[in-house]
Amino acid sequence: MTARRLDKGGRIDRSTPVNFTWDGKALTGYAGDTLASALLANGERVLGRSFKYHRPRGIMSAGVEESGAIVTVGEGARREPNVKATMQELYDGLSAEGQNAWPNVRFDLGAVNGLFGRFFAAGFYYKTFMGLPPFEWGHGTRLWMLYEKLIRKAAGMGTASREPDPDCYDHAHAFCDVLVVGSGPAGLSAALTAAEAGRDVILVEQDFELGGDLLTDPAAEQQRLDLVRAVEAAGARIMTRTTAFGLYDNGAAGLLERVTDHIASPDEGIPRQRFWTVRAGATVLASGALERPVTFENNDRPGVMTAEAARVYLNRFGVLPGQRIAIATNNDGAYGIAGELASAGAEVLLADMRNGDVPETPSGVTQKSGVAPLRAIGRSGVEGVEFASRSGDSWKPAGKEPCDLLLVSGGWSPVVNLSSHRGAKPFWNESLACFLPGETSEPIFHAGSAAGVWRREDCLASGAAAARKAMGEEVEEVAPGGWKNAIQPVYEVRLPDSHAKAFVDYQHDVTGDDVRLAHQEGFVSVEHLKRYTTLGMATDQGKMGNVIGLALMADALGKDIPDVGTTRFRPPYTPVAIGALAGRSVAGHFKALRRTPLHDWNLRHGATMTDAGVWHRPWYYAREGEGIEEAYIREAATVRKTVGICDVSSLGKIAVQGPDASEFLNRVYTNAFAKLPVGKARYGIMLRDDGIVMDDGTTWRLGEEDYLTTTTTAHAGKVMVWFEELLQSRWPDLKVHVTSVSDHWAGVSIAGPKAREVIAACLAADEDISNDVLPFMGVARITLKNGIEGLIARISFSGELAYELYVPAGQADAMMNLLWPAAEAVDGCLYGLEALGTLRIEKGHVTGAELDGRVTIDDVGLGKMASAKKSFVGSALRQRSELLRENRPQLVGIFPVDRSQRFKGGSLLCDPDAVTGFGEGWITAVTHSPALGHWIGIGYISGGAAAWKDKTAVAADPVRSGNVDVEIVSPHMFDPEGVRMHG
Amino acid sequence: MIRIPCPFCGMRDHSEFTYGGDGSIEYPPLDASKEEWHDAVFLRDNICGVQFETWQHTHGCRMWLVVERDTMTHEILSVRPAHPGLASALANEQEADQ
Repeated sequence: MTARRLDKGGRIDRSTPVNFTWDGKALTGYAGDTLASALLANGERVLGRSFKYHRPRGIMSAGVEESGAIVTVGEGARREPNVKATMQELYDGLSAEGQNAWPNVRFDLGAVNGLFGRFFAAGFYYKTFMGLPPFEWGHGTRLWMLYEKLIRKAAGMGTASREPDPDCYDHAHAFCDVLVVGSGPAGLSAALTAAEAGRDVILVEQDFELGGDLLTDPAAEQQRLDLVRAVEAAGARIMTRTTAFGLYDNGAAGLLERVTDHIASPDEGIPRQRFWTVRAGATVLASGALERPVTFENNDRPGVMTAEAARVYLNRFGVLPGQRIAIATNNDGAYGIAGELASAGAEVLLADMRNGDVPETPSGVTQKSGVAPLRAIGRSGVEGVEFASRSGDSWKPAGKEPCDLLLVSGGWSPVVNLSSHRGAKPFWNESLACFLPGETSEPIFHAGSAAGVWRREDCLASGAAAARKAMGEEVEEVAPGGWKNAIQPVYEVRLPDSHAKAFVDYQHDVTGDDVRLAHQEGFVSVEHLKRYTTLGMATDQGKMGNVIGLALMADALGKDIPDVGTTRFRPPYTPVAIGALAGRSVAGHFKALRRTPLHDWNLRHGATMTDAGVWHRPWYYAREGEGIEEAYIREAATVRKTVGICDVSSLGKIAVQGPDASEFLNRVYTNAFAKLPVGKARYGIMLRDDGIVMDDGTTWRLGEEDYLTTTTTAHAGKVMVWFEELLQSRWPDLKVHVTSVSDHWAGVSIAGPKAREVIAACLAADEDISNDVLPFMGVARITLKNGIEGLIARISFSGELAYELYVPAGQADAMMNLLWPAAEAVDGCLYGLEALGTLRIEKGHVTGAELDGRVTIDDVGLGKMASAKKSFVGSALRQRSELLRENRPQLVGIFPVDRSQRFKGGSLLCDPDAVTGFGEGWITAVTHSPALGHWIGIGYISGGAAAWKDKTAVAADPVRSGNVDVEIVSPHMFDPEGVRMHG
Repeated sequence: MIRIPCPFCGMRDHSEFTYGGDGSIEYPPLDASKEEWHDAVFLRDNICGVQFETWQHTHGCRMWLVVERDTMTHEILSVRPAHPGLASALANEQEADQ
């Protein structure tokens, strides 16, 4: 192939040279070039290596269907693999390189795979390596895992950067009456018709210039300009470099706008790409058609491309892609380009595969009829073509011709992908030899060559008609077709006994023989064919190969193409970067972050924070020289010795108010709430409908019709939703209002023998929290010394004398500025989640780790809290036999037999004689207990502590720390009588 | 990409809502037998076509809604508040408007 840039012609700007590098080599193109057109103009021929056989590949097309010139663009963190050179705009400083090759695409050692090609047919890897003896399950798999690594290294496409993506991406939304996809004659016409009728129109075009097919016809430039100006004047919103990659429910379309991919050094404030969700009243698909190749031997050699590609390179980019050009066609479409190439100075041989009527031969062109390409001659590039002529149902050789470029037109496939996303099944049109878009009840209309309309004037009419339909008018369809002479379908040309490499799907190296092999092995459904051969599964999603694959399958089955059917296209039409899908939801914005009102105060006082669900909570407050272990153990010990203060603001808080509030809580909780007196709190457990524990917490009765319910931090949202569902759907007669007040209150727990003393020092003069006034589980409204009004409840999670003190969120700091000096004065401390965990594990109190959605109230040892006198949510289904089984895993405490040993959370609890399988239970949480002086844990084990009274269990942790002998004890490991908290 | 016309907030994107479950289930009284509860909690039809389902407008008015939806096409045929009192009040209001 001796491609060269012409001195004139094309849409490139020869006064603006653009420097770029290819495989480290400095090259120059012009503004308006794509990477592919610039490489072609520089005489670069081999641009890629194929997926499986590492065959040399060159430019095959000029668009999204490209299967040869797939390259890696950019460097470092911005390295992007699998970029189609045909779609990449050239910019100054662009750096691109070949991929899937070593040392480079021109000399690739991986090409040795091609010598063993017959061993690499469809399913080869699975059949060979997964079936290696010994055949027992497990052994074969292990070998496969080993081979897979090597195979993956040899096969595949480019490699992505391992660095974090330095670019940002935006999400955007838009609404319109009519969305027009594609800006060829049909699209421009549709947009103009709808916009002139006053409709709000969005016109999207994946290219960087508007015009589609008009861009490749110099004679139509004025027409293009007039149309574009008219569309602009009519007020349509135009988006170039934007691909409509998918259609979804309710008229939604997904668009990807490439904002800076064509700019050498974009402004850092601009997103690289924008992911649009457009809601359209109606959609006009003027997405065009793609030219198909034909399957024949070596049809993937660099220098074999579609006829349309040559037209684009010549007329749009001013590149004459070959000097001695052979064109093989089975339709009228290629005659125009044959004449244009001849006029540009090439020697052109036009081989029409048809016998019978064909168009007039363009001047300067040699024409042959009834011959088709049998084989491309040449290794790293086309040097000639061997033709074949028909011999009955088959083909016979019919002479060779030298050439440096072989153009093929096997017919045109309308781009029906987008409506197929909506379930509109494309149907086969025999006379045009293509799939036409299927019917849909949604307001989606096709126009132009996407509807099989070939002639430009018809496309303009078709676009206008589609726009009228989109506006709800009744109009006559423009009939598909438009060629003077009928297409004669040719999908594959081969001699009867030939098994040479002839490709159907270039990107995944699927050959005609692979399709026949799939059929021979019983894969007769088109969906199975796809999965077995991977036909249509590469980055082009079968844009070039699908129809040929179906035709060959139909032939093997002795059926017609419509009877074989087609696979359903799924979004995206072209690849979409994960970064664009993620948008701004990355790093710190990946999930919601909630901070307590005391966040800044905690940081000022030495808190190390941790993530607890969406919350950022203090983990521990290290003092000089302390790590996490020293800190939490000191904090837990201090709470038991003097006093500690812990931020518990993240607990869920729900105001339950109204005349039926008592009745509501009585139905929701397992235990009795009807008679809870004002000024008292009660611990409650609520179940799900199916009898499994949902959540626990305390509920404070503040007034006759006024309760404050607290939930665990993790389940705050879920419980609120549950209350709303119950009140709105199930019990609408109850007069109860629920309000989330989680954010209204800042809360701290003050725990330890000196808790009362510390709080009392902070209260207004007339307040009294002595045991008589505020006994265990007492609740009161209270005023602090500085006038802050809040709530106090004497409840304990730590097992110590403890209070929870809530004040309005805005006064959190002021509260702490009173409490903390008072605590410091008695050698108290601040404590975080880790020490909170220690204290509650010592007491056997449960949290989300234990209430994991699988356990019953009996399993956690609180069965006595399930009232027998009333019905409550879950009371029926908790009686299911499986949930009442005696030897269910039950909550227990765990000590190491050798008290100097430690074990880990997540270990399995096993019988020492059967350390295998799922064991007898599991450990949910562990800690070092300063109170007991050794490591302890809680978890579940079959039958509970009673069943393991005189038996040692094994905490098995095979992949981490190994096995530890443990003693199973009551979960109430410290102060089981509760003397301390009642004190 | 479903959009739901919330009776209180207007047409909203489905991402504002949380799916509840089968809207045709009549939950038995709390003191009903476990067999009755079993059927209400565990037995579901897998409908290809129109079904009633509950959604909550979590990021909006927080109301629970009964949505009539075609599971094949995602077409939404009707939406009403799950609370029967609100539903009838709203229906009366709409009637008065007409």
